[in-house]
Amino acid sequence: MNYRRLFLIGVPYVWLLALFLVPFIIVLKISLSDIALSIPPYTPTLDLSEGWAGIKDFFSKLDFDNFLFLKTDPLYWKAYVSSLQIAIFSTAITLLVGYPIAYGMARAPEEWRATLMMMVILPFWTSFLIRVYSWMGILGKEGFLNSALMWLGIVDEPLTILNTNTAVYIGIVYTYLPFMILPIYAALDKLDISLLEAAEDLGCTRTSAFWLVTLPLSRPGIVAGSFLVFIPVIGEFVIPSLLGGSNTLMIGKILFEEFSSNRDWPVASAVAVLLLLIVVVPIVLFQRSQERQAEAQK
Amino acid sequence: MKKTWLLSAATVALVASAATADEVRVYNWSDYIDEELLTKFEEETGLDLIYDVFDSNEVLETKMLAGGSGYDVVVPSGTFLQRQISAGAFQKLDYSKLSNAGNLWDVIKDRTAQYDPGNEYAINYMWGTTGIGVNVGKVQEVLGADAPIDSLALIFDPANMEKLASCGVQLLDAPTEIIPAALKYIGEDPASVDPDVIAKAEPVLMAIRPYVQKFHSSEYINALANGEICVAFGWSGDILQSRDRAWEADNGNEIAYNAPKEGALMWFDMMAIPVDAPNPDGAHQFLNFIMDAQNMAAASNYVYYANGNKASQEFLVEDVIGDPAIYPDEATLENLYTTLPYDAAVQRVVTRLWTRVKSGT
Repeated sequence: MNYRRLFLIGVPYVWLLALFLVPFIIVLKISLSDIALSIPPYTPTLDLSEGWAGIKDFFSKLDFDNFLFLKTDPLYWKAYVSSLQIAIFSTAITLLVGYPIAYGMARAPEEWRATLMMMVILPFWTSFLIRVYSWMGILGKEGFLNSALMWLGIVDEPLTILNTNTAVYIGIVYTYLPFMILPIYAALDKLDISLLEAAEDLGCTRTSAFWLVTLPLSRPGIVAGSFLVFIPVIGEFVIPSLLGGSNTLMIGKILFEEFSSNRDWPVASAVAVLLLLIVVVPIVLFQRSQERQAEAQK
Repeated sequence: MKKTWLLSAATVALVASAATADEVRVYNWSDYIDEELLTKFEEETGLDLIYDVFDSNEVLETKMLAGGSGYDVVVPSGTFLQRQISAGAFQKLDYSKLSNAGNLWDVIKDRTAQYDPGNEYAINYMWGTTGIGVNVGKVQEVLGADAPIDSLALIFDPANMEKLASCGVQLLDAPTEIIPAALKYIGEDPASVDPDVIAKAEPVLMAIRPYVQKFHSSEYINALANGEICVAFGWSGDILQSRDRAWEADNGNEIAYNAPKEGALMWFDMMAIPVDAPNPDGAHQFLNFIMDAQNMAAASNYVYYANGNKASQEFLVEDVIGDPAIYPDEATLENLYTTLPYDAAVQRVVTRLWTRVKSGT
């Protein structure tokens, strides 16, 4: 009996160990090394053939220089703040757009729902990259949007949207919308309609029933959807690099620059480690407090 | 349809694990070959050719230094080749397998030997200059008929750039090309490896960066052709390809390329075989195929870059061999400069500077 329990608990822990902790330790190790022109592009590397002396030698060469370096350059802090800002705004916009859609889906006649669900999921059948590329075609100066606006006579000069932060927001909201809709829909779908009827029987207007009953009950969906959008957006790289311009500053882009363009793996790893601490730790703490609240309510 | 390295990077990740002896994997610059040559190679040799593209020396170098890229042939530029040779990333060529090596042009071989003494590790694929591409009509509309379209002042004088920003300017995302040009503009030695001299490029670049729409090394071909931007600081052949695309689309955009009159960077793209290439024999076959006079001519005729192959010159069309923007005359050649690689300490100064310029902090 005890073995079975151990096994059940063990599986997720082994999973976490192999797919999270081990890679993290490798990144942490690189963040403590120095850049070098060699294969791999950092030093020192662990030489086990020299036994204990090799291991000692390896550890004596590690240092925190890369982390100290991040402090000297305001770029990283600015990029982090700017990513945070973009992530918060786009999560809010996605929520504002996604909630009504999810609400409409959940209130639609039973026989429509499968079709509506399909329409939300359908874009995933095309490669994410191709969908972002097609936005470049739509938003460009001679793209569909500007041609249409000029033809309708709404603007005289083509609007500059591509390669600005506006294009980044459009790309993010478009890409992540399904991740917001689906959990909210799941929450609203489970909602017992008789609760709303009861609220109306007790004198609530439709609007106040929404605010007092529907919204609080869909909160788990809102929280789940917001996390599903917020966390990947903060490290987003493809959308800002394809749709953004020289003024778009995001930590994912900086990370790519450091890793690929500057070939500075130690600094890139240091940025990654800090990003993990700055983003993931508050999220874990937040979820803990949420769980505690939920348990207190029981 | 234009491929980008992003797409190909994803492909590589998927297939890199399944290399076999009858496959050759080539990693070359985007928009850099007549794709019919790829089919021809497969037909002649019976090998499967897997052809991926990139648009940045830096990205290639990261792959090379990471090791295990899975590629048999890669194409770094001269200075990057030199750095990667010293890092031990390439194997020496076996010239006994390269029967077409006699076709190479000694004028170019002499120049590439400064990066790879004796040309032991690599052969020249193409070479060109870095200069200014303009949409002539739009630039003249903004700056007047006497706009300095053949001068670095077009790019590095903030007064010009401020006006050009309205029609769009893109610069290469390549510090090793832009920094020498900025140094040239202020009269410093573009090939300098002295951090104090390199630092002088920063205020020049900072002054114009607010007006740069994007730093990117391949988007400008299409962007210039379809009117998205009016000025690009980029590679000669890419801008000439852009000129052709505008012609084909017949959209009224007249694109012109000029090597800056103050002096232009001359670069060499070199084909080399990674030290851990899964199929070095197939790699040599590919190199030999490329060095065939007619094949090389077909590639140059298609992409508008000069090549390092003397024998191919009789097969080049007049549009290519007769165009001084591609095969410069003596006077222009005098005006070209080359650079040498930065060492590790200077490299960090350069990448920091570049990151600050791009991000505007």
